[in-house]
Amino acid sequence: MCLAVPVKIVSIHGDEAETEIAGVRRRVSIVFTPEAKVGDYVLLHTGYAIGIVDEAEAKETLKLLEEMASLTP
Amino acid sequence: MPVKFIDEYRNSELAKKLSYRIAMRSTKPIRLMEFCGGHTHTILRYGIRQLVPKTVEMRSGPGCPVCVTATADLDKAIALAHLPDVIIATFGDMIRVPGSYSSLQQAKAGGADVRIVYSTIDAIEIARANPDKSIIFIGIGFETTAPTIAASILRTMQEGIGNFYVLSLAKLCPPVMKALLDSGEVKIDGIICPGHVSVIIGSRPYEFIPRDYRVACVISGFEPLDILLCIDKLVAQIEKGEPKVEIAYSRGVKPEGNVKARQLMDEVFEIGEANWRGIGVVPESGLKIRKEYEQFDADKVFSVSLKPPKEPKGCRCGDMIRGAATPLECKLFRVTCTPERPVGPCMVSSEGVCSAYYQYETIGGDLQDF
Repeated sequence: MCLAVPVKIVSIHGDEAETEIAGVRRRVSIVFTPEAKVGDYVLLHTGYAIGIVDEAEAKETLKLLEEMASLTP
Repeated sequence: MPVKFIDEYRNSELAKKLSYRIAMRSTKPIRLMEFCGGHTHTILRYGIRQLVPKTVEMRSGPGCPVCVTATADLDKAIALAHLPDVIIATFGDMIRVPGSYSSLQQAKAGGADVRIVYSTIDAIEIARANPDKSIIFIGIGFETTAPTIAASILRTMQEGIGNFYVLSLAKLCPPVMKALLDSGEVKIDGIICPGHVSVIIGSRPYEFIPRDYRVACVISGFEPLDILLCIDKLVAQIEKGEPKVEIAYSRGVKPEGNVKARQLMDEVFEIGEANWRGIGVVPESGLKIRKEYEQFDADKVFSVSLKPPKEPKGCRCGDMIRGAATPLECKLFRVTCTPERPVGPCMVSSEGVCSAYYQYETIGGDLQDF
């Protein structure tokens, strides 16, 4: 039930945003993420954006995973 | 079409290398609990139980809101459904969970108006479209969902909608972790902490766990590489004997969490006790609607009389919720309890451990699935 998926904000209308994932569009509430901007990815949970995905951190984690794997014989 | 922030965390080559690294680092036998039902699903689906070394035992925890809803609370929801001019709005999985004498689905078949919603926003729309009915939203969920329930009450108030109510069954994760650790029934060395609960609460509410119980805590995302990264960090902490709270899901979780969401949650709710299936009443583990908003509180507005609750015979969902058993130890599992005819909620819910075992355990997960 705590499922949340990353969706991209394509436009903002007051406290709602039009979002897109894999070609599917959906209007979501951004009352918990008022700082969200067009182009941001937000975590969508039951119709609400509960957080903004941190792209820099996402890249860092992938880099870390690659490094960890490269240290493994 | 690849989905950003999901597909890059499903690389099976990386997963194999990570699992090898974990095996190299793990010397002592340890037991890890994945608290969240979403994590249980990823672990079973991708065969992570088979990927980790034999030293690492995995147990599932109470992180499934449908599963932990007490039978007495479900009975109340069913009784409310039978009141005249009431529409029940509920998240999908709840409808099939057997109560003591019936289920919401059976109530619906008997003429009650029970509707499945994806969001509290949909429940408000039902209220708007049916001004002569009372709409009661069955408010289950953890800290991830509780802010959305709070937002629905605030929005209803703002828009002057007078026929929307909430039966608040919302629950808090850190207090039930404390209850499990205090009971000492299942020895746990590390906890895979819930990712989306932590988007809201941050990492700080878990700090008492390494400090007071010497149990390692790492917050994880929901893709297979996220889980393996989390297990790698837990093993490292436990091997070093230095338990602490770490975030292995930094693209979603900040130490401070989502302050705005918590403000809205605190505005509407106050902390009280909650009744957990299989665990019992845990103090300060539930969210009650504050007096200022009691006009929306289904518990205050409606009254129903209830017979004493009874649990399904032989059902071990309570043991599953506490991590005291796996579904393979339940005599009903796959015999009389199946997804088509579930006996308990852990087989009904898509996050329930029995449902995950039923779907994936025979095939043992599959790396090709990545």
